[in-house]
Amino acid sequence: MTDILNAFSHITSLLVIPGLAYASQLAFGALGVTLIFGVLRFSNFAHAEGMSLATMFCILITVWLQGASVSIAPLPTALIAMFLAIPLVALVFIGTDRALYKHFRAINAKPEVFMIVSAGIMLISNGVIRVVIGPEGQSFADGERFILTAREFREWTGLTEALVLKTSQLLSIVLALIAGGLLFWFLNRTQMGRSMRAYSDNRNLALLSGVDPNKIVWVTWILVAVLSVMGGVLFGLDKGYRPFVFQQMLLPMFAAAVVGGLGSPVGAVVGSMVVAFSELLLTFAWKKFLAYLLPTGLAPESLMQILATEYKFAISFLILVIVLLIKPTGLFGRATK
Amino acid sequence: MSQRETPPVLLATHGLSLSFGGLKAVDGMSLSIAQGSISGLIGPNGAGKSTLFNLIAGYHQPDSGRVELEGEDITSLDPHVLFGKGLLRTFQIPREFGTLTVLENLMMVPSGQTGETFFGAWFRPGRVSAEERALREKAEDILEFLEITHVANLPASQLSGGQKKLVELGRTMMADPKIVFLDEVGAGVNRTLLYSISNAIQRLNRERGYTFCLVEHDMQFISELCDHVTCMAEGRMLAQGKATDILSNEEVIDAYLGRGKAAKGTGVQ
Repeated sequence: MTDILNAFSHITSLLVIPGLAYASQLAFGALGVTLIFGVLRFSNFAHAEGMSLATMFCILITVWLQGASVSIAPLPTALIAMFLAIPLVALVFIGTDRALYKHFRAINAKPEVFMIVSAGIMLISNGVIRVVIGPEGQSFADGERFILTAREFREWTGLTEALVLKTSQLLSIVLALIAGGLLFWFLNRTQMGRSMRAYSDNRNLALLSGVDPNKIVWVTWILVAVLSVMGGVLFGLDKGYRPFVFQQMLLPMFAAAVVGGLGSPVGAVVGSMVVAFSELLLTFAWKKFLAYLLPTGLAPESLMQILATEYKFAISFLILVIVLLIKPTGLFGRATK
Repeated sequence: MSQRETPPVLLATHGLSLSFGGLKAVDGMSLSIAQGSISGLIGPNGAGKSTLFNLIAGYHQPDSGRVELEGEDITSLDPHVLFGKGLLRTFQIPREFGTLTVLENLMMVPSGQTGETFFGAWFRPGRVSAEERALREKAEDILEFLEITHVANLPASQLSGGQKKLVELGRTMMADPKIVFLDEVGAGVNRTLLYSISNAIQRLNRERGYTFCLVEHDMQFISELCDHVTCMAEGRMLAQGKATDILSNEEVIDAYLGRGKAAKGTGVQ
């Protein structure tokens, strides 16, 4: 019995909770990718860099707030900084849109052109980040790090395997649920949200039905800014901020959005779960888990990892290829016209 | 409306022209539509009727000429601006937001409410939900008027062609328009649905004072509905007047039967 509980505690702590937290952080990114694709009709290669930039703003504000001894301990100060960073990031995104994307929309450029433009913006953002905050990692997490520490859990339950819950993990999951819920409310239950969906469904008809395209574009970038700040900050709080780690998130984010069907918000959330758990399940060391459950003689010698952790990113790539081969529209996507 | 006075002009075009490459799709069209009327626009295929609609609705920019709504110059305004001024159009092949439900297809129409502004949606949720209820009621009333309440929650992509036309009409009703341009609203629709469409048009005209302009091939439909008919051929005005006169006009018949050479260049009334 204790063995089963230990096994359960072991995978909850090292697989289920981190998986949910990672899926939540990924969902913020994938929702941004899918919104831009759905409404503005292009694959935004600069999205990961945008998240990094958003996090950078947030870190600068956090440092400033910490200097002014503003604190909401036990919660991390970054949570307040997030709200201050959102308008700034929204301004940056809308500014970029006005300076570049707007022109290409006006001349009805092909999606490929937008994609290349976004790649350019990615490089520029990358440079800006390098100049402003530097390439090194930053730690900006403060407040209580753990909700449930290993020691507390062991004392409380007497189990060998501890179930650990980090503040950043719980925050990621809770805020993702709240943000996701609000986004779905906005898209389905408000006029603006319906206009956005209508614009995404049939742009010309939406224009002829009185939808102001400029407003739709603005609102999209504001929503993307909110999602980027939250996703970036939560990812940074959980794993530490390294400016260029976000580039590695681009592939899983796109994989998540494609699995769910580009342009579908529900799909982006489900896709994030699929990608996050595929990564973790395939790179998880099952040795300990099996040792608890199997009879003593059968306990495995090796780590029982299906894939080495280094191949983590190959998994997103594989998922992307499989989905595009089998069901290019994704789980919730519709055929493009 | 009194019989003696001529009703005021609601919409007028003056010398509207548009070429696609070497083809003069619309060539100096001047046309006026009276307030509260149902007028028809007829002409053989390729006469430029749809292009004229597109020019009026701001979907194309004219090479020259003017469009006026209630005396105000509205040439080349963006479609969504024209929409706000009460000038709406529907399409020959019905267009719908396939991924939205029928009810949502109506409720997406902007109406200048709090829920329509981005910040209002988040910061005044109480007011937004009250407006949301009012909007829903309005949409439901319209669906009832059009007798398509039973499909309210289906995705619009699943409707028949005729039902989609009713949804289009419903979407225009959401905006309380002044003038609605209907592009072949009767095409490809069975008799029963055609009857309910023409019935809806007449009721909207009488009860709510909408002005309609129809492009149509079905002469019976035109003669039942329209007070005034304009005939176009090769981008120009061929004839205009009372429906019965126009439908028996020799030039019009010629244009339709393809002996169109005689009609060429006769841009007279």
